[in-house]
Amino acid sequence: MRGLLSPGTVNAFDPARAYRLHAKVALRPEPFGALAYHYGNRRLNFLRSPDLVDLVKDLGNHHSVTAALQASPVEPVRHPAFCRALAQLAASDFLEPVPEQEP
Amino acid sequence: MTLTDQLKSGLDAPICLTWEWTYACNLACIHCLSSSGQRDPRELTTAEMKAVIDELHDLQVFYINVGGGEPTIRPDFFELVEYCVDRGVGVKFSTNGSRITPERARRLATMDYVDIQISLDGADEATNDAVRGQGSWAMARRAMDNLRDAGFGPGGVHGPFKLSVVMTRHNIPQCGQLEQLAAEYGAELRLTRLRPSGRGADTWHELHPTQDQQRELYQWLLDRPGVLTGDSFFHLSALGESLPGLNLCGAGRVVCLIDPVGDVYACPFVLHDEFKAGSVRDTGGFTHVWRRSDLFTELRQPTSAGACASCGSYDACQGGCMAAKFFVGLPLDGPDPECVKGHGEAALAKLDGSQRPDAGPGHSKPVPVKLTHKPVLVG
Repeated sequence: MRGLLSPGTVNAFDPARAYRLHAKVALRPEPFGALAYHYGNRRLNFLRSPDLVDLVKDLGNHHSVTAALQASPVEPVRHPAFCRALAQLAASDFLEPVPEQEP
Repeated sequence: MTLTDQLKSGLDAPICLTWEWTYACNLACIHCLSSSGQRDPRELTTAEMKAVIDELHDLQVFYINVGGGEPTIRPDFFELVEYCVDRGVGVKFSTNGSRITPERARRLATMDYVDIQISLDGADEATNDAVRGQGSWAMARRAMDNLRDAGFGPGGVHGPFKLSVVMTRHNIPQCGQLEQLAAEYGAELRLTRLRPSGRGADTWHELHPTQDQQRELYQWLLDRPGVLTGDSFFHLSALGESLPGLNLCGAGRVVCLIDPVGDVYACPFVLHDEFKAGSVRDTGGFTHVWRRSDLFTELRQPTSAGACASCGSYDACQGGCMAAKFFVGLPLDGPDPECVKGHGEAALAKLDGSQRPDAGPGHSKPVPVKLTHKPVLVG
């Protein structure tokens, strides 16, 4: 389980862009939120809040991360923390940017 | 609640499930955790194995660590691997390499979600074969060649394989050479801790690293976050900065083991009745054992630091490995036998051997009986 939370390739995370859960990532509900597994790079991640799990699942339905956050029940004061969590997930390829032509 | 606390109280399904597919093995490594050698006639049938895989799929167990014995000896090995992969259960299997022929290597290279660990316990033939048996070095190297030629590793059709090493006092000085050997194959290096389990109970005292070597290894691992350890050296975190990983005993909380006859144990290093939680053959199957068994429920309760409470390092090492303590005869709420502060050695020195648990029959092959020859008179 070594390397559990260490970042992979760092791609600049841009909250103005649209992201979605990587096609090779599966989420398993757990009491604390969810366990995420990436079948491609074989990494595990802990999503430590049910709100974060809902947000990650819904992310692909919005034209930007900011829009997804605004549409979520997460209070604005917590948006920066959620953004950091999403940036970490994107850094280890758990999230992927949606190509411009297919929003 | 911190993540560690949440994990200690157990998950709905294991993160790291080890499943030994057979007790049969063509080798007889002197530190074998499962005392393998002979197939057990009660081993799970293909249909029973598939039923467990279906359960693991439903539980969303993302991957399993398959071992043995030598798992590739099962005639249904490929059928089971394919069944797992088809259901989204990734397979990481450990092998001594004896059956990884060029053909099988090519077949494995086409399979997604399959990772291979070749066991090798030294950077040269003499060091390795002293532990794993004569011919085992050549066997592993042939398999590594076959995997590389089949496209495992950089530039190939498949991701890298892993070179998996159990650390002993004889191979710790070879860390650099092992790293180099892995690099020659574009393989990942995985180092794990020697446990006094199985046949290891009899050899651990001679094989386990010295205190100086433990410090050396700790520093070496800190400098190389890319070297995998299966989280097995968390007792070394008492030396200072934590090694990457969860740094906790996951037994029955996030980890468990299914043995070849379907018995479920708290972790891969405690194949003993005391840590048997149930069987996948029981009503309710594996899921019931994982979620409801008395043993696992107990292991998820908060633990006391016991004899370690007064030590300032308890938060870092969590008292170390339950299995290591159990098999050397130390109390479970006391120090790890390899406690880096020396508390384990002090506790061990007070034992007379009678505290060590009975290892049980195991599955070792019978030792060949030497025939006594009548002396021949040479005249």
